[in-house]
Amino acid sequence: MTCPSLAVSVHAGQAISRAADQRVNLTLADRPRQQGRDRLGNPVECTGSALRNLPVFAGDKEEGRRLDDLWQGLMQAIWLVVTLDADLVEISLRSLQVTLSALAFACLVAMPLAALLTVRRFRLRRSVIAVMNALMGLPPVVVGLVVYVLLSRSGPLGALGLLFTPWAMIIAQMIVIIPLIASISHQSLRDLWFEYHDLLISMNVTRWQKITTLLWDARRALLTAALAGFGRGIGEVGAIMIVGGNIDHATRVLTSAIALETGKGDFALALALGFILIALAIAVNLVIHWLGRTEREGRW
Amino acid sequence: MVNQLFPLTVRGATTRHRGKTLVGPIDLDLDGQGTCVVLGPNGAGKTTLLRLLHGIARLNEGAITWACDQHAAQTSQAFVFQRPVMLRRSVLENLIYPLRIRGVSRSEARDRAERWAKRAGLGSMLDRPATFLSGGEQQKLALTRALIMDPQLVFLDEPSASLDGRATREIENILADTQKTGTRLILSTHDMGQARRLADQVIFMLGGRVHETGPAAPFFENPQTLEANAFLNGDIVE
Ligand SMILES: Nc1ncnc2c1ncn2[C@@H]1O[C@H](COP(=O)(O)OP(=O)(O)O)[C@@H](O)[C@H]1O
Ligand SMILES: [Mg+2]
Repeated sequence: MTCPSLAVSVHAGQAISRAADQRVNLTLADRPRQQGRDRLGNPVECTGSALRNLPVFAGDKEEGRRLDDLWQGLMQAIWLVVTLDADLVEISLRSLQVTLSALAFACLVAMPLAALLTVRRFRLRRSVIAVMNALMGLPPVVVGLVVYVLLSRSGPLGALGLLFTPWAMIIAQMIVIIPLIASISHQSLRDLWFEYHDLLISMNVTRWQKITTLLWDARRALLTAALAGFGRGIGEVGAIMIVGGNIDHATRVLTSAIALETGKGDFALALALGFILIALAIAVNLVIHWLGRTEREGRW
Repeated sequence: MVNQLFPLTVRGATTRHRGKTLVGPIDLDLDGQGTCVVLGPNGAGKTTLLRLLHGIARLNEGAITWACDQHAAQTSQAFVFQRPVMLRRSVLENLIYPLRIRGVSRSEARDRAERWAKRAGLGSMLDRPATFLSGGEQQKLALTRALIMDPQLVFLDEPSASLDGRATREIENILADTQKTGTRLILSTHDMGQARRLADQVIFMLGGRVHETGPAAPFFENPQTLEANAFLNGDIVE
């Protein structure tokens, strides 16, 4: 398999990205230009991201081998990490910041909601749960569009000036992951409620106490729900791309950078960022699991 | 301790589930001292009767009247389920929980929990997850958790149904101590030995109705109904 002429696609990609940047009035042209090299060694003019100044690792003799892209991607990923590339650190931290914030807010909404749906019987409860489960499949692009419309200058929340800021991305991601977290939480809370129901009723526990008891005693399962939400959030690109605008040094995150590099035809760099994204997701999972394990109470 | 809950009056109490009558109509007067044992074959409605009296099964018809008002009655009773419900917490936290629910301060709750745990022989496993205890230990914990609130009445649904002799004796010792403090017990069992050891009063259930009721000694000596007689003789009663 051969890939299309790289030089052409790189320039086309830049034109597109420049146009997009101009749209939000934040040209990258202001930034110092640097000479980069594509995998064939041709000098490529590009905007001033250190990410473009990557060494080319062995294997540049044959053009367009996807396997070679993988290899290049892996090596570049290692290189980026080892050299603690400033841009990489920045977009990785922003990825984490956006998704962890969205996750925190989403958990604050989704988990009490799930608990309330568990302990309260009301007429439309089943319907609400069914809708919540269906919303797990909510297309992020659509969420992005809706949030975009709401936050755009002429929209109802335009006065807040949040569009193309990390806050817009946090809001969009929150909406994407709330149904997922609420659904998974609800399932485990419902199982626990089935176990606890008679005892708590017998103890004349108030509704609020029921909710706090369930949330506390199901905390391990809720952690899993939160991790699922984190996984969906950190890998999500559709919504944050639309509301964030993928602005360098402002709203660019790992996923949107991957989309950009892929659009430019720099598959190796895109893959490198992809590997880093995966590594980051795994690392966060491990850290959270480890934090959860440090309690002395043993397994449940 | 003066028991405010009794006399208890039950008139025409009925529980239904999807139109099918599970228990009732029940007429019952409970007074006097000591322990009331609910006897009867499987499916006779013992569990449902206890739940109905405790207020955790729906009362579709009739009335259950305690000597004090409804709220005071509800908060001075505890229920020990046949399959003990363990909170997914440590043994100590299981004991602290009902105290905290009622607003006892954390440090006092802890003191009381430790004291009660020691008394019940659970002192060495305070930090163990409650779900890791053996069946007998779980039942002891459930009983202690019920008693820690100083209830005036404790319902016990087959408290030693799946326990061996030693665990059963430990449970019965705790129950005997509890009786001495003036706490009333209403327990169901199909262990005739246990019934004879604990009962001051007997309710014999059959087919969702109270078939025969009265003081324990005459009931065991000389049951008034054929079915009760057959049940005491170990025959199969439907
Ligand atoms: N939640 C329920 N739904 C339907 N039937 C029930 C339910 N609980 C109890 N029953 C029925 O009510 C009857 C009495 O049950 P139970 O009170 O558990 O009897 P016992 O405790 O004496 O064995 C049984 O026929 C049982 O099948
Ligand atoms: Mg039963």
